[in-house]
Amino acid sequence: MARKLPRKDVVIVGLGWTGSILANELTDEGLDVVAIERGPWRNTATDFNVGYMQDELRYAIRKDLFLRPAQSTLTFRNNVEQEALPIREFGSFLPGNGVGGAGVHWNGQTWRFLPSDFRCRSHLSERYGEKFIPDELTIQDWGVTYEEMEPYYDKFEYLAGVSGKAGNINGKRQDGGNPFEGARARDYPLPPLDMTYGPKLFAEGAREAGYHPFPQPAANASRSYTNTLGVEMGACSYCGFCERFGCANYSKASPQTTILPVLMRKPNFECRTNSEVVRINLDRSGKRATGVTYVDAQGQEWEQPGDLVLVCAFILFNVHMLLVSGIGKPYDPKTATGTVGRNYTYQTYAGVEMFFDNKNFNPFIATGAIGQCIDDFNGDNFDHSGLDFVGGAGIMCASTNARPIATRPTPPGTPRWGSTWKKATTDNYLSSLYLNAQGGSYATRGNYLDLDPTYKDRLGRPLLRMTFDFPDNDIRMISYVTRKAEEIAKVMTPRQIVPHYRTKPYSVVPYQSTHNIGGAIMGSDPKTSVVNKYLQSWDVPNVFVIGASAFPQNAGYNPTDTVGALAYKAADAIRNLYLKNEGPLVPA
Amino acid sequence: MKRNPAPFTALLPLAMAAIFSAAAPARGQGATDSQSFEIIERGRYLATAGDCVACHTAPGGKPYAGGLALETPFGKLVGANITPDRETGIGAWTDDQFVQAMQEGIAPRGHLYPAMPYPAFTKVSRADLLAIRAFLNTLEPVKNPIEPNQLPFPFNIRASMLAWNALNFTPGEFKPDPGKPAEWNRGAYLVEGLGHCGTCHTPKTILGGDKNADSLQGAVLQSWFAPDITNAMHKGLGGWSQEDIVQYLKTGANQFTIASGPMADAITNSTSKLSDPDLKAIATYLKDMPSNANTTPVPVAADDKRMVAGQAIYKDTCNACHLDSGAGTSHLFPTLAGSAVVQSDNPTTLIRVVLQGTQGVATAAAPTAPAMPSFAWRLNDEQVASLLTYVRNSWGNAAAPVSAADVKTLRESLASAE
Repeated sequence: MARKLPRKDVVIVGLGWTGSILANELTDEGLDVVAIERGPWRNTATDFNVGYMQDELRYAIRKDLFLRPAQSTLTFRNNVEQEALPIREFGSFLPGNGVGGAGVHWNGQTWRFLPSDFRCRSHLSERYGEKFIPDELTIQDWGVTYEEMEPYYDKFEYLAGVSGKAGNINGKRQDGGNPFEGARARDYPLPPLDMTYGPKLFAEGAREAGYHPFPQPAANASRSYTNTLGVEMGACSYCGFCERFGCANYSKASPQTTILPVLMRKPNFECRTNSEVVRINLDRSGKRATGVTYVDAQGQEWEQPGDLVLVCAFILFNVHMLLVSGIGKPYDPKTATGTVGRNYTYQTYAGVEMFFDNKNFNPFIATGAIGQCIDDFNGDNFDHSGLDFVGGAGIMCASTNARPIATRPTPPGTPRWGSTWKKATTDNYLSSLYLNAQGGSYATRGNYLDLDPTYKDRLGRPLLRMTFDFPDNDIRMISYVTRKAEEIAKVMTPRQIVPHYRTKPYSVVPYQSTHNIGGAIMGSDPKTSVVNKYLQSWDVPNVFVIGASAFPQNAGYNPTDTVGALAYKAADAIRNLYLKNEGPLVPA
Repeated sequence: MKRNPAPFTALLPLAMAAIFSAAAPARGQGATDSQSFEIIERGRYLATAGDCVACHTAPGGKPYAGGLALETPFGKLVGANITPDRETGIGAWTDDQFVQAMQEGIAPRGHLYPAMPYPAFTKVSRADLLAIRAFLNTLEPVKNPIEPNQLPFPFNIRASMLAWNALNFTPGEFKPDPGKPAEWNRGAYLVEGLGHCGTCHTPKTILGGDKNADSLQGAVLQSWFAPDITNAMHKGLGGWSQEDIVQYLKTGANQFTIASGPMADAITNSTSKLSDPDLKAIATYLKDMPSNANTTPVPVAADDKRMVAGQAIYKDTCNACHLDSGAGTSHLFPTLAGSAVVQSDNPTTLIRVVLQGTQGVATAAAPTAPAMPSFAWRLNDEQVASLLTYVRNSWGNAAAPVSAADVKTLRESLASAE
């Protein structure tokens, strides 16, 4: 039996990037806020200790900071014909666990989406005609424009101390930046990271091939930085332990390094860790949330009443929370009705490996988002007329790490073990490079999330079920861009080029990306979206669902900048619209 | 939905403090209107300047209701309940009794011990003391019986303090030096009086009295070294500007360092809440404090084997944050080059932070609170000694080498304190 706690103004489910941003904004508004976090408290000083943080075995291989499947998992299948089975070891994607969420273990690659990404269907229809869009795709507009997003992108980037070079300030081209990006109001808060040899060589090759290289925007501080909340960040030491690790040097932006020092001091904020929200409670009408029920580490169930419930967990668990709470109509692929779980997408990766003679890239001098990129083949930056796909991918040479256990580049044909393998790893460790093609992921009718009919979690709730395979459109898209990457590789004249094309079916075993997207998407029509342009539930207006769950489909970029911007956008709407007039901010 | 005007109410006491401290403190007045809003708020400010709450509050307890146990070299003393409860607090005391306790160390129940810093508070004016009293009277009376004196025999005999006083105590209110500016005198009044800086920063005699000739030149307490805060160049505040001192006291951090350890508490509870004019006055006075130790030691030679080993450990373990140059990062990673704490004769603080780690103070103005992790598990006594010998003698630094025996002793005492 749940014990009832005193009411709070705001109950936040999950204290990662979005939960921290919302909590900080709404406590500034004078509201009494509690965040309920499934995992443990995490702090730079105690948990990302500079003395042992660079432990690849513990953090990267044994995945110390990530969610354990025993805590929560999901089932997976490629299509509705298959029976989904539980993921018993996370592989393809790694959900975070604990305070800071994915903001702890990310690399720091901080991209804005293109203006055309936000008007995906309208833009493509206007440019090529509606018929050009493959039938399988259920891509749609976001209900928000890039211009509306710009101030919130800016706010997140100045919070996080992003290092980069603008390509377009107020419509004016900037040399050295991304010429394809949407107009930004001002440059990045910090200059780009110091570039290592590999990315420089790629930039030269790309330029020679006629493309437009620029440094990847990075939430790894290139200089020490005092952020907009007065929190100090240190200059990155290029240790190469970003993704899967917490940053010990206060250099990688995370809730810990940018918000929590301010938030945790506030008397009107409270965080309860090791406490998992079981469901959002609704009143009898089903139109208003009354709070949440959660279970603490001792197994005690608590009811936390609240006026406003903000769902700020990782995207998969945002969608799960709506489904188990009965908020919104679950999506049914047979009839293409319902919205919750619809338009689940991912990220489409491929790449090109290069082996050189007589080159030394010192790949261990690395940081999560260092690199040079071209955007010439991303989104709709190139003319798709005559091509058999829509969408695109960025191509980058990113030197994120070269850790000793997992980084063992060897040419095809090398034995998997023994002295020949050892010699090959020694010969190639310093002299190989990888070009990544990071593609968008477009929604289809058959890719979706729902509740599993068979398997339950430790709290007795049905597991989330993921049904996903790469759309044929995306395979054609990434193959095209991978061929472009191969052409650039040839200009760089390595000894050997090994392309890694993406093929179907999608597998959840090898790591690909933790950019899971969609399922509680935003839009302007309640028939095809779960939340409105302010991330407010169409069905239960005192519930906001914030995160990459809101993207209607994915662009060819990492999601965090857009997630941070959406969090600020939602906070702004709550502060300036919702609190003045509680109820739907957009008429349904 | 309820919307608390939290930011405004939180700022109110600070704003009031600024207003009242700007006015010249009334001195030498006999009677005080204990219900006056202005006097009560001035009392709140002065009680903050005196950091009364630090000793008179148990961890997690009600403010001023007593109960913090102080480990002194002579035994345990517990901060008294100074709420206005008539039985267990000081509610039944007269104003004169309160003033006598503060200025002479004589309370109704008997003589106080100088852990209650009456040798400093004797310098505080009667008007200021009565303002503090007026503020304390506004607190909720808390029934919390405390036996402050938990000393062993013979120190538990309060009358023994009469002899101690004769040797160590000079009563009398602060007398301004007419040859100095008002700001200097205000600083002296705060540093020597309510601020009782010397309680930690002045070396003590074997009886626990201040070594007055060495005033504010650094002392060890609770396995920390409270550094020299005179204007000494090498191991005092000589390298800091007045503005650096003000910023340190106000925010806990400045371009060189971040406060931690006991000073972090003093900044949280007290100095961060003082007015800018008072902080400037304190800085003015400290920058004028002479030191009798202005000779710079000769640095240990760079090719000394401890220096060579220390440099290797430093590069492996320290330079990601503190940098090869020892410059650190402003407001985040303390500067080691030229640091007074690094070059103090007594390396207790240095050894301690390497062994145990420490967290910087967080204030509203400098909320980051970066931390140095413990390296006790990874460096042995010899390695810590070499490392610190290197840090104390590089980038222009010069100080006596640290011995492995010193590290061993502190390691054991920290372990036994846990």
